[in-house]
Amino acid sequence: MGEVLVKEKEIVIPGQVLVKGMDAFPGSGSYRDKEEIYSSRLGIVYLDGRAIKVVPVSGVYMPKIGDMVIGRVFDITMNGWRIELNCTYPSMMSLKDATSDYIQKGADLTQYYNIGDYVVCKITNVTSQKLVDVSMREPGLKKLSGGRIFKVSPSKVPRIIGKKGSMISMIKLSTGCRIVVGQNGLAWISGDLENEFIALQAIKKIEDQSHCSGLTNSIKEFLEEKTGKKIEGVEQNEL
Amino acid sequence: MSYKQRHDGRKPDELRKIEAKVGVIKNADGSAFFKIGNTEAYAAVYGPRDLFPKFLQSPARGILRCNYNMMPFSGSGERVRPGQNRRAKEISMVTEKALMPLLDLDEYPRSVVDVFIELPQTEAGSRCAGICAAAMALADAGLTMKDMVSAVSVGRVDDAIIVDLDYFEEAYEDGPVADIPIAVMNRSKELTLLQMDGQIPKEMLIKAIEMGKAACDKIYAVQKKALQEKYFDEGA
Repeated sequence: MGEVLVKEKEIVIPGQVLVKGMDAFPGSGSYRDKEEIYSSRLGIVYLDGRAIKVVPVSGVYMPKIGDMVIGRVFDITMNGWRIELNCTYPSMMSLKDATSDYIQKGADLTQYYNIGDYVVCKITNVTSQKLVDVSMREPGLKKLSGGRIFKVSPSKVPRIIGKKGSMISMIKLSTGCRIVVGQNGLAWISGDLENEFIALQAIKKIEDQSHCSGLTNSIKEFLEEKTGKKIEGVEQNEL
Repeated sequence: MSYKQRHDGRKPDELRKIEAKVGVIKNADGSAFFKIGNTEAYAAVYGPRDLFPKFLQSPARGILRCNYNMMPFSGSGERVRPGQNRRAKEISMVTEKALMPLLDLDEYPRSVVDVFIELPQTEAGSRCAGICAAAMALADAGLTMKDMVSAVSVGRVDDAIIVDLDYFEEAYEDGPVADIPIAVMNRSKELTLLQMDGQIPKEMLIKAIEMGKAACDKIYAVQKKALQEKYFDEGA
């Protein structure tokens, strides 16, 4: 692969040259201009074979098909609910996507979801004009009752969840809280007060130290110290 | 009488002392601080977010809105009347045009990116400091950008061609003065801002802009370091 001018996991800024030469491909967050590939985001470089990509370290959430998100119902229309997803664009959930129940014509839709309710849903479609459709007809998607909502940085959600959910399940296991983290940076937690606080601290810690290696271990130690319980059976998978 | 020696002992192509920091405003999506000499600028970026009133929305692409604001006691003389005035409106507009070529807002239809530039202290070169801060803040907000932009003022005081004029040099009275703020895209070296106050012959202007481009490279290095540092520090 051409002349690579950056190291793996280096932080690059927009307009910085990443690779010289024609045999590499620009992935997401980068673009080619003549002989060179440039970064178009402030982010971390990953080299993947002949492709090079830049993963942004900041920014607001952009809806993507297949993402599981937490949203707030902010409007009810003739044929569904409008849901706010902590991003630039509102989304729409139609009647048939909302529930498997039969809804009679002219039924009162507030008995299913009322304005102000939080729901876990999945993005099914995003058009070029950023009209977003969400659905709740899948296992695990539900209305959130009780607990509370908090915000995390959308770019750090993958780190909070961990590989195959390892990080978040460790926190759930050790604190006994129920936690849902949406890809859009909204999260929900429910548990008893003390444990909720510990879990929130742990998540804050992950956000702050998301670039460190050995994060799983330091969070494990943190949780063990705070809860006074040993955590067993957590796989050691680090980046 | 000619202006041989700069009054603060700088070389003709020497900049004032620069400081830059990224991520200074917690509630903004992206923010930056840029200080050159005694001129300080804070920039905060919000968005892309929903745009109201609705008639301003463009279905084709997102729009950029800049707001330049000098704080009431930021000048060295009298209190500046707070709020918009003709000068602030003009600078907001040229800032917008200086930053627009960097951004690719096709991805964000019907939305707006708001840039607020606040100047708590000024001593010449405030629009340049504002653009430098805004460019860093836009990158920090995670927007898709083709390039970075750096800005500096160049010009002539009497026979001398200098970069980064301070207030004393702008207000020099014993000879002709030209104050030319420029903004340079780092990669393509294209100018995105070029204004002038005063008068200058063609040859001098060309030379001044060349010096300005070299100075912008130095500013770019500071901007780059500040952007990278935010994420290194958090990791340490």
